[in-house]
Amino acid sequence: MLTIREYKRAESLKQAWQLNQQRGSRIVGGMLWMKMQRGTVQTAIDLSDLGLDTIEETKEAFRIGAMVTLRQLETHPGLAQYTGGAMKEALRCIVGVQFRNLATAGGSIFGRFGFSDVLTVFLAMDSYVELYQGGVVPMEEFARQGADRDVLTHILVKKTPLLFHYESVRNTRTDFPVLTCCGAFSPGKESCRFALGARPGRAVIIEDKEGLIDGGITPRKARAFGAYAAEHVPTGSNMRGSARYRSHLVNVLTARTALQLQETSGSFV
Amino acid sequence: MKTVGKPVRKKDAMQLLTGQPLYTDDIAPRDCLIVKLLRSPHASAVIRSIRRDIALKVPGIEAIYTWEDIPQDQRRFTLAGQTYPEPSPYDRLLLDRRVRYVGDPVAIVAGADERCVERALSLIKVEYEVQEPVLDFRKALDNPILVHPEENWESLCPVGADNRRNLCAHDESSHGDIEKVLSECDLVLDRVYHTKACQQTMMETFRTFCTLDAYGRLNVVSSTQIVFHCRRIIANALNIPKSMVRVSKPRIGGGFGAKQTSVCEIYPAFVTWKTKKPSKIIFTREESMTASTPRHEMEMHVRLGAMRDGRIRGIDLHTLSNTGAYGEHGPTTVGLSGHKSIPLYGKAEAFRFVSDVVYTNVMSAGAYRGYGATQGLFAVESAVNELAAQLHRDPFSVREQNMVREGDVMPAYYGQVNTSCALDRCLARVREMIGWEEKYPARDMGNGRVRGVGMGMAMQGSGISGVDVGSAALKLGEDGYYNLIIGAADMGTGCDTILAQIAAEVLDCGVEDIVVFGADTDASPYDSGSYASSTTYVTGKAVETCAVKLRRQICRLGARLLGCGEDETEFDGKYVRRISGEAKDGQGERAPQEKAAGSQRPDPCRRVSLQEIAAASMCGNEIPLQETVTHSSPISPPPFMVGAAEVEVDMQTGRTQVVNYAAVVDCGTPINPNLARVQAEGGIVQGIGMVLTENVTRDEKGRVLENSLMQYKIPTRLDVGSIRVEFENSYEKAGPFGAKSIGEVVINTPLPAITDAICNATGLRFRELPVLPEQIAMGLYTV
Amino acid sequence: MRINIILNGRNIQAETAPDELLIDFVRKQGALSVKRGCETSNCGLCTVFLEDKPVLSCSVLAVRADGKRVTTLEGLKEEAEQFGAFIADQGAEQCGFCNPGFVMNALALFRENPDPDEEEIREYLAGNLCRCSGYEGQLRGIQAYLRWKKEAAAGRDTPPDKK
Repeated sequence: MLTIREYKRAESLKQAWQLNQQRGSRIVGGMLWMKMQRGTVQTAIDLSDLGLDTIEETKEAFRIGAMVTLRQLETHPGLAQYTGGAMKEALRCIVGVQFRNLATAGGSIFGRFGFSDVLTVFLAMDSYVELYQGGVVPMEEFARQGADRDVLTHILVKKTPLLFHYESVRNTRTDFPVLTCCGAFSPGKESCRFALGARPGRAVIIEDKEGLIDGGITPRKARAFGAYAAEHVPTGSNMRGSARYRSHLVNVLTARTALQLQETSGSFV
Repeated sequence: MKTVGKPVRKKDAMQLLTGQPLYTDDIAPRDCLIVKLLRSPHASAVIRSIRRDIALKVPGIEAIYTWEDIPQDQRRFTLAGQTYPEPSPYDRLLLDRRVRYVGDPVAIVAGADERCVERALSLIKVEYEVQEPVLDFRKALDNPILVHPEENWESLCPVGADNRRNLCAHDESSHGDIEKVLSECDLVLDRVYHTKACQQTMMETFRTFCTLDAYGRLNVVSSTQIVFHCRRIIANALNIPKSMVRVSKPRIGGGFGAKQTSVCEIYPAFVTWKTKKPSKIIFTREESMTASTPRHEMEMHVRLGAMRDGRIRGIDLHTLSNTGAYGEHGPTTVGLSGHKSIPLYGKAEAFRFVSDVVYTNVMSAGAYRGYGATQGLFAVESAVNELAAQLHRDPFSVREQNMVREGDVMPAYYGQVNTSCALDRCLARVREMIGWEEKYPARDMGNGRVRGVGMGMAMQGSGISGVDVGSAALKLGEDGYYNLIIGAADMGTGCDTILAQIAAEVLDCGVEDIVVFGADTDASPYDSGSYASSTTYVTGKAVETCAVKLRRQICRLGARLLGCGEDETEFDGKYVRRISGEAKDGQGERAPQEKAAGSQRPDPCRRVSLQEIAAASMCGNEIPLQETVTHSSPISPPPFMVGAAEVEVDMQTGRTQVVNYAAVVDCGTPINPNLARVQAEGGIVQGIGMVLTENVTRDEKGRVLENSLMQYKIPTRLDVGSIRVEFENSYEKAGPFGAKSIGEVVINTPLPAITDAICNATGLRFRELPVLPEQIAMGLYTV
Repeated sequence: MRINIILNGRNIQAETAPDELLIDFVRKQGALSVKRGCETSNCGLCTVFLEDKPVLSCSVLAVRADGKRVTTLEGLKEEAEQFGAFIADQGAEQCGFCNPGFVMNALALFRENPDPDEEEIREYLAGNLCRCSGYEGQLRGIQAYLRWKKEAAAGRDTPPDKK
């Protein structure tokens, strides 16, 4: 059972940051994981009143407030269009609508959860986090860091022209994933960037450094890239799957995603 | 028939759908002490010392009880809700100095609110003498480590139990010379199947509240399927007279057998008895998953003997069942693994069924829908599917050739005659429904996806023959409505409505004219409770008989009012009429003068209304307009079912989805087709869960890892495909209006059907459940 | 601490603790339809509307609802009866314990998407677990309700049977 001694709705980001510097303070995101923890939180800091619950879209980028819910991400027309449906695909399997109406983008990213579909999809994008103190940090760098006492205020996604495809394998449809895979493909540059998560560790990026899929992705090239990914993405075991199975899935999902991206880009050209 | 066979709405449907406060925690007094349990972190240990003084100082704490408050030499008891003398051994104490699984209660804490109780729980200091546990049920029998070494362990029935051998029960039965028959067979399949300790996972966890009544008696309100057994169990546990205990149940948020065991009642009962204050216990989901009463894990070794022409000649089954730390339902569930699987093959010349039930240091098992038959049918039906595959025969045709038919004597079913059976029609219809002809064995759908089909048959019982008792009381109320008072428990199944339909059919009235009450040990006539698929068949028959008797009483009083003999009357549900004179001479229903006058008033000499009879029964009357009937059945006619699954397998990831499930049930007459259908659909989904999603694993200390709905995955509505259920009715003469049971048989077919479908799609045969994507993918990958 | 919420249209002022969950708060306020089926945000039984959005009340701090509108099934009696009748006609309510959360989320679905297809229904309600019904009867009931709504909208109103 979680005990919270004090609840504070921050009136400014500055105040939120100051409160968060004390030991025993915690910023409350969607509260979904936090409420399952045991122990005591001295001050629970709520960012609800700071206007962080909107997705701003410009020609160049999306700026997503930390308190934007997963459901908002899932149903946002601009994100749907930019990601070619990958955003929705990444989120639709997370427990249920009522859960996704609470879980926040900021909480999901800040938690850097290994199982996170959210982290996987953002990692594949040209994305950044905006921290109150730390400023703008590339998502990949942020994902590698440990938790600190800064305040994540926004997630930025640059509208770099990319095609996306999302795949995951789950033992039941709304369970944690056994493996997640989001591929991003730049049709012009013929370059790609794949994020693989639920390994079960935090999602990592894999790129085609050996040019395995140069010059158009064929089934054979996709398989080669899949095998390459399986070789380079470290996996482990937990209740939902063994390292061996996960490596197999890295191979399968990477190849599938690559082929799917080729298909999509074909229809673009 | 006017009401039987009609899809009547459940009487409580709209109350439930609009969220009325009808469940245990909704109606518990606000000032209840909160009761929680400190649980053992060890699978096997003896408590060396336990200190509660610091915990007792937490503000709000009322009491803390430990083994020191319980005489360790008192008579032990079982929590199993079974008819006395229970086959389950008396192996429990309210609090025992020895703890036998991770989760076994160590202390009971009662306090003003949850927070203070949680705090107190963390402050109790326990020193354990940790012992080596027996965690592997295959190594439990005759293991030098004993789960129940105590002197006062007791087995009340001759079930072959021996606590010095970790043996909760042992049984052997046979017919014919199995070894000889098998030696003559062209083919003997020798296979081992394994199912795990799956959870019922009813949405409402275990919960009870207790108060003292005006007479100082213990008033227990609990989410239970078994009010009468519960009364005995509480009296046993507290060592108090049964007269001092009253148990009733409000609406129940699902049971599926879990609430056929008194998992939580004894703790608040003890608290209220000691403190004289109201108390309640609400199990967390984690407690419900780790310290409850799941399905018995079983390993079944089948030897199936057949001829090349497909004739099944002998079945030899050995079942090893894991009852866990305590013996609840251990000796009885295992019996069904053989006695409700082998009889499906009526042509077999010989069978043998041997069973061992062993104690281990894991959570105690109990009753879960299917009650051993589910496990046994997985083994026997899978073996028959494997036989069909070996013979290159269609599994449907092997069934047609061998299955039991109406009128057959069933040696493995205690020699009972198969009195009503539409299994042959079920089989034919399912084959059509699933499109077997086009789909068997498998189709490549492209994109690396393959669809396979598979099938299985099932049977169950209808009550426990010669044991289960069902009763009903009916009385006529003012205005001419009826009270139906039962001791059976509607746990969402709709038995209140089904029993009212039976009464209404006999009494020629509407279902709305029957007011149902149940169940309360002080007010209800005795009923064993709602389990073993007994309510419609056993209690339903009591209701039918009771209504017939009440009709007679109504006619008796009617005759007195009409001034005629009882045999001169007839009752049409609204009026008792005198059937002599003009009426009999074809003058029509109404008396001539009434017709002539156009009057609404009947001739008092010719007919009397039910309302008038009801009123008369309350004035100067000695003819009781209430009846109580108790019924028990010497036979337990099996319902039958055939199910077929179509699954789609992603051959690379191993993801498997049931796309279609077709099933046909023979439950005799479905009293309420809607409720029967939903029973079937719900049971099938639970079966799907057992095959594809619901895993149970333990760490090296014996802790269950699937301890929440986050980790124990019951199917969501996205995990099941389209389920279609139909009925092929037989007519069971011993049941009410030809009815048999339906509650349990419905969970059994998915296990053999889906695993066979997977095999047809992938070539991989799985004999242990569940089958997770990893096993399929890695199975195919390795091949 | 004291909070103000509009519970089912009524202004409520009450004491709460910083760590009290909304489910426990509304139950104390008499909204006993709200049920708890797990502690891990998985079952959907505790669904309420927070500012008209379906959320898991087991995962919301009561203080967070301060100044907001909270709706439970008690506040949707008419809609619940109208829709519930179609579930009742299938016998799909069964034990009823998951019903309030299920009905709430189904109503949320109809508001968001008045004409969902089968897959959309299954997906929107995936977070509402039910162990009794097998889901099929609920699906039939939902589809029958949607058909009735369509017919009613088209002027061929055949009211649901109020048995």
